[in-house]
Amino acid sequence: MAPAITLAADAPALSAANTGFMLICSALVMLMTPGLAFFYGGMVRVKSTLNMLMMSFISLGIVTVLWVLYGFSMAFGTDSGSLIGWNSDWVGLSDIGLTELWDGYTIPVFVFLVFQLMFAVLTPALISGALADRVKFTAWALFVALWATVVYFPVAHWVWGAGGWAFELGVIDFAGGTAVHINAGAAALGVILVIGKRVGFKKDPMRPHSLPLVMLGAGLLWFGWFGFNAGSWLGNDDGVGALMFVNTQVATAAAVLGWLAYEKIRHGAFTTLGAASGAVAGLVAITPAGGAVSPLGAIAVGVIAGVLCAMAVGLKYRFGYDDSLDVVGVHLVGGILGSLLVGFFATGKGQSDVAGLFYGGGLDQFWKQCAGVLGVLAYSLVVSAVLALLLDKTIGMRVSEDDEVAGIDQAEHAETAYDFSGAGGGAARTAVTAPVAPAESKKVDA
Amino acid sequence: MKLITAVVKPHRLDEIKEALQAFGVHGLTVTEASGYGRQRGHTEVYRGAEYTVDLVPKIRIEVLVEDDDAEQLIDVVVKAARTGKIGDGKVWSLPVETAVRVRTGERGPDAL
Repeated sequence: MAPAITLAADAPALSAANTGFMLICSALVMLMTPGLAFFYGGMVRVKSTLNMLMMSFISLGIVTVLWVLYGFSMAFGTDSGSLIGWNSDWVGLSDIGLTELWDGYTIPVFVFLVFQLMFAVLTPALISGALADRVKFTAWALFVALWATVVYFPVAHWVWGAGGWAFELGVIDFAGGTAVHINAGAAALGVILVIGKRVGFKKDPMRPHSLPLVMLGAGLLWFGWFGFNAGSWLGNDDGVGALMFVNTQVATAAAVLGWLAYEKIRHGAFTTLGAASGAVAGLVAITPAGGAVSPLGAIAVGVIAGVLCAMAVGLKYRFGYDDSLDVVGVHLVGGILGSLLVGFFATGKGQSDVAGLFYGGGLDQFWKQCAGVLGVLAYSLVVSAVLALLLDKTIGMRVSEDDEVAGIDQAEHAETAYDFSGAGGGAARTAVTAPVAPAESKKVDA
Repeated sequence: MKLITAVVKPHRLDEIKEALQAFGVHGLTVTEASGYGRQRGHTEVYRGAEYTVDLVPKIRIEVLVEDDDAEQLIDVVVKAARTGKIGDGKVWSLPVETAVRVRTGERGPDAL
């Protein structure tokens, strides 16, 4: 999140243009959660499709309510000890004037809080991809509520809240490289280290059941991400939001090319899953960086993220952790790359005059970025693992092995994603047209 | 009676159906099948993880026929199914004890 713009000595007035823009951006960010659901949903096997969709969708329900009750207050209220915020007027959003402006900006508090709400919804949903096929839905729902409360709300405060330690240190995180992506990626790693692998990991083929769904999800994410990124400047009076918009497109395009080139050389084919994954890797990496780098810098960030994330998704097989849909490989690695690359590619002409190493700024910013990355990574990893452990020891995190093998959709949701046959038993679908002219000479029938 | 079973390439279905209709067959059963013979499967890659798909999609066509027509019908199917490339499939026949038309209860060759 950007530091408050001080355009003039007097306090900013409400801008209808910025308000409208930000409401649209909020809706765009909302769309990312169902987009993510499809992105993940297409990647699992048929038997866990609905569970994967629901793991994202439930976050819209849970986190929205928590945000109203106390989340916004914790994330953006008055700072205590650089660690957490609180503002009792904001509990239940009960005492916020309709025309009250977000401090230092031209949009109402209500607009700011709903925009930020969409980020809070998306971030826990991102974690779900690592937990495919095997987590009890009740345990997941509780995890989302607890994780939002003790991890996301505080971390959002550190990074974006006035007084938060990363914010005050000068860590550049335009739209959520640390608070959203490193945060979710590290949480995913913490949880899977506790809950373990899927039955049959590395043994059974677990190919994505619907790559068209994955592509649809990636497309929705890309679209929604313009709101996520460009909207994070909370207005566009100085053109920085537009720079972010451009860089979002540019880095994502470059990352698609980077991922595809790597996998063509390494594995011999340009895959749709690679293209979709490259797009997400680029979106993740440009998220912290896009307000600080030039479009050429965005190409560099995108290519680097595309190639390195494509390499990183293989690590789970080497180290034996089941990051099912590569939340660590894409969001943690991409988030770290984007956050650190700011230290090299910041031009000093974007969101702030801080320049990175390649633009004569030395390594100062790079070390600040490292502090932000490590702080969020370590906190989220440890606390998420502890939460998972607590839930596992009490209600249990995983479904039974039988349910997992038979399919979590029917076990947890009493539904299956697709009806493959009118007879309900998987009969053949090939249509055979009736014979055109019954011949009398030979009596042959099936 | 004989049961002729053909396991062939899916895209030959229309050719085979037309050939059988021309021969006078007015009923058959088709199922989607998968398997392998000399034609092996292929390899797919998802984020670098390779999956060998051993089983090749095929269709299985089943036709009941009177004994005298069996050999000729097999020839018709083979001719229509053939592309000359590996993986064209197999056709075989088995003796059938009886057959009943469900609607009328006719038995044996009358049921065909």
